[in-house]
Amino acid sequence: MNAWFAIAPVLTVVLVLVVVHRPLGDYMASVFLSVNHLRIERGVYRLIGVDARSQQTWQSYLRGVLAFSAVGVLLVYALQRAQSVLPYSLGFPAVPEGLSFNTAASFVTNTNWQSYSPDVTLGYAVQLVGLSVQNFVSAAVGIAVAMALVRAFAARRSGTIGNFWVDLTRGALRVLLPLSAVAAIVLIAGGVIQNVSGATEVTTLTGAVQSIPGGPTASQEAIKILGTNGGGFFNANSAHPFENPTAWTNLFQIVLMLMIPFSLPRTFGTVVGDRGQGAAILAAMAGIFVVSLTALTLLEAGGAGSAPVAAGGALEGKEQRFGVLASTFFATTSTMTSTGAVNSMHDSYTSLGGMLPLLNMMLGEVAPGGVGSGLYGMLILAVITVFIAGLLVGRTPEYLGKKIGPREIKLASLYILVTPTLVLTGTALSFAVPAIRTDVESTSILNPGLHGLTEVLYAFTSASNNNGSAFAGLTADTPWLNTALGVAMLIGRFLPIVFVLALAGALAAQDSVPATTGTLPTNRPLFVGLLVGITIIITALTYFPVLALGPLAEGLQ
Amino acid sequence: MTKPHTAARQYLVALRALIVFTAVLGVLYPLAITLIGQTVFPGQANGSLVSSPTGNVGSTLIGQAFTDGNGTPLPRWFQGRPSAAGDGYDAGASGGSNLGPENPDLLTAIEQRKSSIAAFNGVLPAAIPADALTTSASGLDPHISAANALLQAVRVADARGLPAADVSALVESKIQGRDLGFLGEPTVNVLELNLALAGKEG
Repeated sequence: MNAWFAIAPVLTVVLVLVVVHRPLGDYMASVFLSVNHLRIERGVYRLIGVDARSQQTWQSYLRGVLAFSAVGVLLVYALQRAQSVLPYSLGFPAVPEGLSFNTAASFVTNTNWQSYSPDVTLGYAVQLVGLSVQNFVSAAVGIAVAMALVRAFAARRSGTIGNFWVDLTRGALRVLLPLSAVAAIVLIAGGVIQNVSGATEVTTLTGAVQSIPGGPTASQEAIKILGTNGGGFFNANSAHPFENPTAWTNLFQIVLMLMIPFSLPRTFGTVVGDRGQGAAILAAMAGIFVVSLTALTLLEAGGAGSAPVAAGGALEGKEQRFGVLASTFFATTSTMTSTGAVNSMHDSYTSLGGMLPLLNMMLGEVAPGGVGSGLYGMLILAVITVFIAGLLVGRTPEYLGKKIGPREIKLASLYILVTPTLVLTGTALSFAVPAIRTDVESTSILNPGLHGLTEVLYAFTSASNNNGSAFAGLTADTPWLNTALGVAMLIGRFLPIVFVLALAGALAAQDSVPATTGTLPTNRPLFVGLLVGITIIITALTYFPVLALGPLAEGLQ
Repeated sequence: MTKPHTAARQYLVALRALIVFTAVLGVLYPLAITLIGQTVFPGQANGSLVSSPTGNVGSTLIGQAFTDGNGTPLPRWFQGRPSAAGDGYDAGASGGSNLGPENPDLLTAIEQRKSSIAAFNGVLPAAIPADALTTSASGLDPHISAANALLQAVRVADARGLPAADVSALVESKIQGRDLGFLGEPTVNVLELNLALAGKEG
């Protein structure tokens, strides 16, 4: 394996992001700080009945997030249940209740876990009116919550944290829509389909009939990737040649996934008035990303394990046009963000290689994480880092001029407890309750032995962290997994948001304290190192035992 | 505390907001992209179909099976990778095998493919590249590696009564380098190669 072909694509993406993150980060800062409204936005506010000038308390902001998401779940659920009577449904019947709930929860929480196989389940109506819309707005919700927290760091003695409806509208219309429109057209040029003509029957060279699918794929693919959603138009997701036709569209999709998450730290630095603070967050994110990518690439290129050795390479579940290198780059990007799209089947990765996408999600998807959620996740970890550093030197910790007192640290601690609790409880229940265990082992799990445990662990990790990728051998369309994963997605998305907005409220209400000689500078390499260390230690302590039972045991056999 | 009616009002606002966003993002946006796609890139937007005098024979992006009705590979055609999509290259059921690296079923499948491909092409099992022994992620992979194509050249030439050197030269001419010289892997598009082969004979 020539190292150049591993390094050159990464350098290309780094270069593009270095160029793009400044203007995009500054643009987003201006979008979310602006007091002016575009004409179209004023029209939206009139139609939906909000006063755009009014500011909300954190409780009111939160109620907006929850109300909007609840209505979203209901609409996506209803659309699926009514599929048989909708136009452009390709003759597919109504989706069953359990699966409809799971899918509704999945797309509203920006997870895009797919218990269903889209090729044989969903027509264009549900895909566009239900799923595409949630691809945009769930991403916009994530950005809105992140911006509320960022503005709270900059606020002084304020009882309010912004207006959710304004943030939502601006995120969707000023950031996501224009970028995805451009991205969709580039993808079409690369071969992604965009039509509404249904399947085309062709007679192949051998005289057989093949049914080539159609569909409005590019418009959904663009926002699926840009909004770190990840729900594929087709079952094979970004491995499908109609979603990701070439090695260059693959690189383009990697850039799209990373573009907003890696620009938001710049936005953060700009809003708090110290770009060095944003650069420190960015450095921590980038450092973790590069280490994980390197590890996965070495493991997959090494191709250890019975089947990869027998075949002469870890190519099971990988496309020839991508090979190992473009597959591992995509997999790392997809699981380090909250995208969860796949261009290769993680279930078939080498035992230790398959652990890395899992670990990436367990880190909390903060390097760089999903759109918005990555930034607020990393800022929570930054709060914990200054707290621990404060303990070490025996001083009251502060971050960006805000005291990190009991209330702040409680909220941050609760935040980081949510997903591990969901992951470990969900996995444990799947094996501890005899009736569920029988169902999971006989119906859901595909691969025997330790790998089967990893499939279930992966599913709960993916759902709770709102990633959406899978060890896809797992049959998740069962009453237990549809329900448990659906609940994990909802709690894993909205409970942390409650804590983030409560933290935003607490921070906004504080005045700013001046930095003293005892203040830990949070824009220096020392802090970056501490932040990376804390992130890894928290994850390692939480998950090491369960990893030892699954992928570690399998890989070290 | 907020008054009850303001909390309920948020739901009304939420519903209206979702309706507005659905109209803009779920209807207007895909419609606009479809119009642009169909106008500017109609070939790609409609699936990169390959037409022949008798109608479309497939898509350059979607692999197809070159087998008889029973699924037996036909020696006259270059063969794509093993496929986990339906019964093989079922474009309505994309997907991988998802078999894990230690799964005995996968190991058995690889060994079986190794011996049948070796016998089919008259080559040593050790000479068979990994892409010929493994299923792709989509099950619709239109490509094989250059080594996989070259390995099949003699068999195809024999089956068609063509000089082996001509078929090998044809394969060489169909090897696509990496995108931009450094992205992904070199490929051979099986449908395009087989079309060129059919043209050569005709």
